[in-house]
Amino acid sequence: MGKRLGFEWLVALRFLREGRMQTLLIIVGVAAGVAVVAYISALIGGLQASTLTKTLGAQGHITLRSPQDVVQSARLAEPGVMALTETQPRAQRLRSVVNWQLLLPVLEAMPEISDVSPMVSGSGLALRGEAQQSIALLGVELDRYDRIVGLRSKVVAGVARLAPGEGIVGRELADDLGVRVGDRFSLQTGAVTESVRVTALVDLGVRDLNRRTVIVPLRAAQNLLGLPGGVTNLDIKLHDVWTAQKLAEDLRARYPYKVESWQENNAQLVSALNAQSVSTGIIRSVVMIVVVLGIASVLVVSVVQKGREIGILRAMGTTRAQILRVFLLQGAVVGVLGSALGILIAVGLIAAFTYFVKGADGQPLFNITLPWDTGLKVALLASVCGVLAAIAPARRAAAMDPAQAIRL
Amino acid sequence: MKQAQAATTLIALKGIHKSYNLGLPSQTEVLHGIDLQVARGEFVALMGPSGSGKSTLLNILGLLEPMTTGSYQLQGEEMRGLDDAGLTLRRRQTLGFVFQFHHLLPAFTALENVTLPAMMINGQVSAQQLQHARDLLADVGLAGAEHKRPAELSGGMQQRVAIARAVVLNPPLVLADEPTGNLDQAASSDVFALLRRLHAERGISFLVVTHDAHLAARCDRLLELVDGKLHSDTVTVN
Repeated sequence: MGKRLGFEWLVALRFLREGRMQTLLIIVGVAAGVAVVAYISALIGGLQASTLTKTLGAQGHITLRSPQDVVQSARLAEPGVMALTETQPRAQRLRSVVNWQLLLPVLEAMPEISDVSPMVSGSGLALRGEAQQSIALLGVELDRYDRIVGLRSKVVAGVARLAPGEGIVGRELADDLGVRVGDRFSLQTGAVTESVRVTALVDLGVRDLNRRTVIVPLRAAQNLLGLPGGVTNLDIKLHDVWTAQKLAEDLRARYPYKVESWQENNAQLVSALNAQSVSTGIIRSVVMIVVVLGIASVLVVSVVQKGREIGILRAMGTTRAQILRVFLLQGAVVGVLGSALGILIAVGLIAAFTYFVKGADGQPLFNITLPWDTGLKVALLASVCGVLAAIAPARRAAAMDPAQAIRL
Repeated sequence: MKQAQAATTLIALKGIHKSYNLGLPSQTEVLHGIDLQVARGEFVALMGPSGSGKSTLLNILGLLEPMTTGSYQLQGEEMRGLDDAGLTLRRRQTLGFVFQFHHLLPAFTALENVTLPAMMINGQVSAQQLQHARDLLADVGLAGAEHKRPAELSGGMQQRVAIARAVVLNPPLVLADEPTGNLDQAASSDVFALLRRLHAERGISFLVVTHDAHLAARCDRLLELVDGKLHSDTVTVN
C-alpha cells in the first residue's frame, strides 16, 4: 500500500507544503472544530454525569413500593349506561411491601441489580429544647443503604453508625436543632417519641434534604412509624443506570408492586438531559459541517491554483485516479493533523475550565474529563470528514482537461 | 516492404480533422484533413503562423485532445476510440513532453522532477533509476544542481531539467512545444543542441514546434502548417 501510493503521498505532501499558509489555515480550522466538539462533549458529559450523581446520590435507581390504595366503584356501570362518577381520592397510609424479606434475595440475584436496600420512610418531628423541625425519617440497614447512596462518603462530622438509639442527621438540620455529634434530640411521630443520639452529620448534596433528613436504624423507624417488621420501599441500585426504565417495566410486569425508575421519578430532569443531549448533538453536527465546508472550499482553491501542475502530471501519464488520490490524501492529512491539534486544544480548554471555574467551596464545579475513546471517535470523525471534504475538489482535479490545464 | 515500413513508422495520421464547439453556431474547424507520417528516429520541426493549428496538432499527437475525425496510429496502434485510461497509459509509455515554459513542478527539486515519471509508474524510485536520473542531469550539464528547486535555476537550466524529465524513460517520441521560445538566443541554441544530441545518442524521435527558422533549419524535416492544412513537408539539407 505504501509503495503503491508512494507517488500520491509524495505529491500530496509536497502540494500541502508548497501552500503552507493554506494548509495551516485548514489545519487550524479543523483543530478549532475538533476542539469545540471534544470540549462540548466532555463538558456536557461531565455536567450530565454530575447532575445524575447528585440526583441519584440520594436515591436508588429503582424504587419498589406497595401499590397505592385506589377507590373502586362498588357497582359496575350497566352496558349502555353512562355513569358520571366523582370520587374522593383515598388517603394513602403507610403500608409495608408485602413479602419483602422473600423478595429481597430474588432481586439481588438479578444480574442487572448490584444492591438492594430496604427502607422505612415517613414523616415526623425533631425536637430539641425550643427547636422543632419537620423531618423525613429514614429507617435503614446502614451497610445496605451505604451501598446504594454512598452515605459514609457524605459524612462531614462524626462516624456513620446506627446502633439502637443512634441517628445520622443532615448538616443543616443539625444547625437548626443546635446539635453536634454526640448530642441528643427527640424524634416524634404521631404518638411515639424516641430519643436519638447523633453519631454523624451528613451532606447529601442538596440543602433541603440536609435540612429535613434523619436516618435511624430500620427497627427504630418501624417502631416509630407503626410498621413492625415492614418496609415502605426497597431501593435498588443497578450496574448501569440507563437500564432502570426497562427493568422497572419488567418488574412491574412480574410483581404486583409499584415500581418506579429514577427516570420516572425525575421526568423533568430526564427531559432536560435529553434536550441538552439533542442540542449538543446539533451543535456538534453543525460544527463538523462547517469544518467540512471549510476544508472543501480551501481545497477547491488549491485545485484551481494547482491546475497547471495537474495538467503537467496528466500529460506525463498520471491517471485520473492518481490525481483523485492525491487530493483525497491531502484531505486525510489535514483531517488527521487538525484532529490531533484539536484534541490537544480541547484538553487544554478542559484543564483551564477545571482551574478557573470553581464553586463556592473552591472546588471545581464538576469533574470534566475527555475519555480516550471519545477523543479517538472525534478525531476519527474529523479525519473522515477531511477525506469527505476532499471528494469534490479531488473529482474536479481529476476531471481537468490536461491540455487546457497546462495553458492556465 | 509494407511491414518494414510499418515497423519504422512511429506516427501515422490520416484525414485528421479537428473542430471546436461541435454542433453549435460557433463551430470552428481548426485542422482540415491532416495526413502525416513520422518515422522512428526522425527530428521534425513544425512551423506555421499563429492560429495555424500547431498547438492543436501537437495536443492531438500528444493524446491530450481527441481528433474529431480521422485516424491516428501511434506505433501501429489506433488511438482513436481509446478511453482516458488507455490514452494516459500510451502517454506514459510512448511520449515525453517539453513545454515552452518548462512546466517543472515548483515544489520538487530538479532531481525529483526528473524521477517523477518513474515514481508515477512504480510508486517509488529504485537506486538504479535514481542514479540514471543523476547521470542524465549531469549529461544535460546540470551536475551539482540536483537539489535545487526550479525557482533557483535560470531559464535555460530549467528547460534542461524539463528535457531530462521528458527523456528519462527513453520514450520513442518527444513532443516539444516552443522549447526555446522563452530563452535568449544563446540559451536557445544550447537547448536545441542538447535536443539534437539526445536524438543522436538515444534514437528518440522529436517533433518540435518552433517559430525560429534558424532552429527549424537544423532539423531533419520541416513541416509547415497554414490555416489548419499541411502546406509543405520538406527534408532539410544540413
